[in-house]
Amino acid sequence: MNIIITNSSELPIFEQIENAIKEAIFSNELKEGEMLPSVRSLANDLKISFLTVKRAYDELEASGFIKTVQGKGSYVSPKNLDLIKEEKLKEIQNYIEKIYEVSKLSNISKDEVKELFKMIFEEEL
Amino acid sequence: MNNIEIKNVSKKYDGFLLDKISFDVPSGAIVGLIGENGAGKTTTIKSILNIIKSDGTVKIFNKDVKQNEKEIKQDLGVVLDDSFLSTYLTPKYINSVMKDFYKNWDEEKYNDLLKQFGLPDNKLIKDFSSGMKMKLKIATAISHNPKLLILDEPTSGLDPVVRNEILDIFRKYIEEDETRSILLSSHITTDLEHISDYIIFIDKGKIVLNVPTDELLENYGIIKCSKEEFSKISEDDYISYKRSKYQYEVLTSDKSKIKKKYNIRAIDKPTIEEIMLFYIKGER
Repeated sequence: MNIIITNSSELPIFEQIENAIKEAIFSNELKEGEMLPSVRSLANDLKISFLTVKRAYDELEASGFIKTVQGKGSYVSPKNLDLIKEEKLKEIQNYIEKIYEVSKLSNISKDEVKELFKMIFEEEL
Repeated sequence: MNNIEIKNVSKKYDGFLLDKISFDVPSGAIVGLIGENGAGKTTTIKSILNIIKSDGTVKIFNKDVKQNEKEIKQDLGVVLDDSFLSTYLTPKYINSVMKDFYKNWDEEKYNDLLKQFGLPDNKLIKDFSSGMKMKLKIATAISHNPKLLILDEPTSGLDPVVRNEILDIFRKYIEEDETRSILLSSHITTDLEHISDYIIFIDKGKIVLNVPTDELLENYGIIKCSKEEFSKISEDDYISYKRSKYQYEVLTSDKSKIKKKYNIRAIDKPTIEEIMLFYIKGER
């Protein structure tokens, strides 16, 4: 698994870790039931505080990607298709928000954007 | 669980006061003490170890240090700035002394560490470089598998390669058993940025800051702005500021709030050193 952390990113480090692990789960590089590195060993390998890694694991657990068993470790949860879909929808929403922003700034009408959407989606059919 | 709890520790010297210092070192954590020379880092550490007599209470492993010193020290690894290893000894001889001193002395581990650190066991210490001497002190401090490691300035005066090797030794030590803790002081703040989970900043005998390192690095920010922009920022929203001819630099502990509230774009991620300088030299 690759976890690339950069200080120049706008994203806080715990979120960079969270995203890297999600990506590894999506791509099946981390398989269902597989154990994640312990908080301290990942922190040591990334040369960051264990509190940062713990925060990333806590967030992943809260959103259902991993499960932590006290005293044992953290495991990849069974793949939840709804969860993956939700995640992807969120990503799409982000792009659409950008489209909205650009169209507002440049005074392009809703209908014109809709036309573009239609064109792209129908081309595929 | 905390491996160290200190409460209201005070010590008065001529012209210096360590003023009611309180903090904890949680189990599993690496805690870094930073501050200028003479700020009180070493006095704090020596008070914890009961090397100097001070007021207040110090508990290690939940036991009062003043009453249980002998017992506690069996589970403690210590490296002080002025720790002394006679220069006419060899690492091999140190082993034979320590064997008698510590119940848990692990000879095999010590010899492994010497090998791993590239330290010859039959050479006189006087012929060691300063990096080698520090590595030997650390090997000596951790070969009885202590639950807690306390080090005063373990990386000062060493080159970057050796400093990094030493930080790796600490990482390995804490990974071996995650109930262990390390308390270390340094004025090389970049070292602490990469190793410590909590930062405690001592200035003029007082604790001015005690926060998780990631909070310091993620939430604190240095705003760069004009005089006009600065005049709009409420006093509650910053810690201190520096003026120069062309700009104001302002330290905040909540940069995302500032970004939203004042619509300021230029906010830099600070280093621990910069934060320290804002506390010491900044205006308020």
